[in-house]
Amino acid sequence: MGFSTGGAAYETIIDWVEPGSSVLELGCGSGGLLSRLVKERNVKAQGIEIDDASISLCVQKGLNVLHEQVDTALGDYADNSFDFAIFDRSLQRVVRRPDIVLMEALRISRNAIVGFSNFAHYPGRCQVFFRGRTPVTPSLPYQWHDTPNLHFLSIADFTDYCHSKNIRIEKVAFFGGTGTIRLLPNLRALAGFFLISKRLEPDENSQGGSDESDRDS
Amino acid sequence: MSKGIGIVETQYYTFAAPPGRFLLDSGEKLVPITVAYETYGDLNEDRSNAILVLHALSGDAHAAGLHKGQNKPGWWDDMIGPGRAFDTDKYFVVCSNVLGGCKGTTGPSSINPSTGRPFGTDFPLVTIPDMVRLQGQLLDHLGIDRLLSVAGGSMGGQQVLEWLVSYPYRVQSAIVIATAARHSPQQIAFNEVGRQAIMADPDWQNGRYYGGESPAKGLSVARMVGHITYMSDISMAEKFGRRTGGNGKAHPFSNGFEVEDYLHYRGLSFVDRFDANSYLYITRAIDEYDATRGGNLADAFKGLKAKILVLSFKSDWLYPSYQSLEIVRACKTAGVDVTYCEINSTYGHDAFLLEVDEETTLVSHFLIKVFEGAR
Repeated sequence: MGFSTGGAAYETIIDWVEPGSSVLELGCGSGGLLSRLVKERNVKAQGIEIDDASISLCVQKGLNVLHEQVDTALGDYADNSFDFAIFDRSLQRVVRRPDIVLMEALRISRNAIVGFSNFAHYPGRCQVFFRGRTPVTPSLPYQWHDTPNLHFLSIADFTDYCHSKNIRIEKVAFFGGTGTIRLLPNLRALAGFFLISKRLEPDENSQGGSDESDRDS
Repeated sequence: MSKGIGIVETQYYTFAAPPGRFLLDSGEKLVPITVAYETYGDLNEDRSNAILVLHALSGDAHAAGLHKGQNKPGWWDDMIGPGRAFDTDKYFVVCSNVLGGCKGTTGPSSINPSTGRPFGTDFPLVTIPDMVRLQGQLLDHLGIDRLLSVAGGSMGGQQVLEWLVSYPYRVQSAIVIATAARHSPQQIAFNEVGRQAIMADPDWQNGRYYGGESPAKGLSVARMVGHITYMSDISMAEKFGRRTGGNGKAHPFSNGFEVEDYLHYRGLSFVDRFDANSYLYITRAIDEYDATRGGNLADAFKGLKAKILVLSFKSDWLYPSYQSLEIVRACKTAGVDVTYCEINSTYGHDAFLLEVDEETTLVSHFLIKVFEGAR
């Protein structure tokens, strides 16, 4: 895969997660990120993963992991059971009902970190506009018939969604092929990462200063 | 795989002789009581490496190694030994025969001290909590306050749950394999067919058959039903197909299919090693058991500090994965540290004795984490 979250994006997530907090990763794969969080941030970690080979690898890393579908796994947890719920590109791939699962994640966790491939990255837009083809980009490197992705969204889509659901965007980070993107991320970034939380008070719209992503591009 | 444990011997602990007594949930008592057990590996200096392994319906204290002069290793030998999942170079492993059994622990075939004859159906009814209480007394005797882990599958898994619910302060971790917090009507139904088969055998004699013919036909039918429920459609198709064996037809209505021969053989060989009354007492206990005590397992798990590993098997229809998931969900709600894996196996319920590689990976790493976390 041409674009890997193993590097800069992992660093960002690790930076965002408070030391000693409790973390639930939805679709944790073989546990690479979780085991780094345990080592570097001393978190209490729990993973959810549907692939049994990955489960085995997580257990070998000493992680607590549950062999479950993300869509149905969250209902059992009490409110605010975790400090961080992390979706590292799993929202687009393994979750069938992202709206329900995101709301559940924000019920059982104080914060959520959501990372996804940006569908509106400009080479992708060009492929649609000029060639009339579904985009194949470094962060979405699949043909329509072999993609693991169930949902396609852009940075602007997700920003709009958060506003519409009264979700507070605490921090954002955008990544291109060579590093962090600051200007026009919806056009230029391959992937976006959002740290979000519930709005505790209903009328805090004026404090949306950290909503840096461009809405228009 | 490394060499096994080698020669082992079953040991016996007898206690509660008069004026003592071992009280049962039924209100009755046993005076005295004997428990048969085996141990593997060495208890370390701070007594922090003990693991209690719990057997299933037809198992016994002989979990690993070989008895002198025998060539059949213990029932979980693939998992217990030097370098194996329950690594006897690191851990001290204990396994005992359950209360009500017929392999050395007091049960219906034991001699009733007040009559000098086997108890038969005069033996008091026993429960899973009774069995676990007896295991606790054995651990006291062995000088073990707290277990590094308690592990078992099927009926052994029910006892693991009972340890968690009744003695949470004595267990640091638990491995719960292919079991249920309480039996479903389907599970009870299969056991009831087994019990009816035994009691319908004229040789059963209301349980007073000791010294005469034992209800071999009934017990072997009970075991046949059991074996069907332990396998899966796929594992039976792979093992037998529709082949006919070389044994001919056992009776005029038999087609001589290999699956028929297999069930006859399994049924008859079981009769040689198991007591029909024990089958009645133990299946009654596992059907009656309810870890939730009629309530909610999450409430029973509240405040539990133990780390839990739950395993189920995809093709196990006797203890389907949803029952393991109920245990997992209770852990999640109660905030208990839990790992769950549904192992992809075609062996049915038998998988918990057969899927050694996958179980070894999961169990060994889980135990390492618990053992190292404790230091």
